[in-house]
Amino acid sequence: MSDITAGSARRDPYRLSRTGGHGHGPLSATGHGQGGPASKFVTVAYGFWIFLLSDIIMFSAFFAAFAVLSKATASGPTGKELFELTRVAAQTGLLLTSSFTGGLATLATHRRSMAATQFWLLVTGLLGVAFLFLEVQEFAAMASEQAGPSRSAFLSAFFALVGCHGTHVGLGLLWLGTMMAQLWVKGFRPEMLRRLHCFGLFWHALDIIWVAIFTLVYLLGASP
Amino acid sequence: MSEIDSRTDEELDRRDSAPGEERITEHELAGGLSGYLLGFGLAILLTIASFLAAQTGLIYQPAVISALVVLAIAQMGVHLVFFLHLTTGPDNTNNVLALAFGVLIVALVVIGSVWIMAHLSLNMAAMSAHQAGMMP
Repeated sequence: MSDITAGSARRDPYRLSRTGGHGHGPLSATGHGQGGPASKFVTVAYGFWIFLLSDIIMFSAFFAAFAVLSKATASGPTGKELFELTRVAAQTGLLLTSSFTGGLATLATHRRSMAATQFWLLVTGLLGVAFLFLEVQEFAAMASEQAGPSRSAFLSAFFALVGCHGTHVGLGLLWLGTMMAQLWVKGFRPEMLRRLHCFGLFWHALDIIWVAIFTLVYLLGASP
Repeated sequence: MSEIDSRTDEELDRRDSAPGEERITEHELAGGLSGYLLGFGLAILLTIASFLAAQTGLIYQPAVISALVVLAIAQMGVHLVFFLHLTTGPDNTNNVLALAFGVLIVALVVIGSVWIMAHLSLNMAAMSAHQAGMMP
């Protein structure tokens, strides 16, 4: 933050003007426009942001299918009969807390504390495993009550939407485990910081999708 | 070579924030540990409010769906601001614009599907008893 004292930065704290910084600071023009190319950290994270938005758009198709088919129960069991809201509340608490501990891992990464980073990543992963366990339990209970995905269009859409989110959580856990091992071996190298940052984005995005699922699928489905 | 090449990735690019990058300084509301704690607390409150709105008779029944949607959008906003560090600052313009485009497509897909399918079923001719008997 030393270049805050530079005259141009005082007039233009966000550096909106690409020409305002001539000769000041490390970002004076070096081609690719006035300010030079963005750092690899920014381009990688931005690309991953675009991926996440595409993923959310894919989820929106599953949400649309569920919304259209949610009444098509083919005289089979309805959401009101099937959903256990205590389990859903527990799942929500687990995923929300894992998002929070993921944030604590990010803060520990900023401090370059290996022990704290690994600890909070481990807590995040264990909370994710507990979430996934409850979801598999729910699916197994429903399948044993003749309410599997082939029972009605409503249940097909339900298993597709919630199962897709669960698959994302499962893949995220694999990613997390791989990254904890890599971080242990490689330390806080730039590429590890990029991967940790992308994982944080992914995990928070999963939490946002779960907010939509527990509201639209479970709470609305179970409301009288 | 040049100054750009000698920079490490850890150094901040001062014009654009990476999505999710914490550029907020300590004294601001959404920064650091206090920001995560505040976001976590708000998210828990909004979750409890959602479950209460759906399960108790506190809200007039036909309005429950609107209450739930509002609470869900509020909670997504809390996640975006406190966990994903999305701000209205100029260094975040690219991230916000990408998000706005994503939200537009999501709204088109969901609202458009529900709208079209609702009208389709409304305009469908009612089946006669004979036709219903032919259904698989």
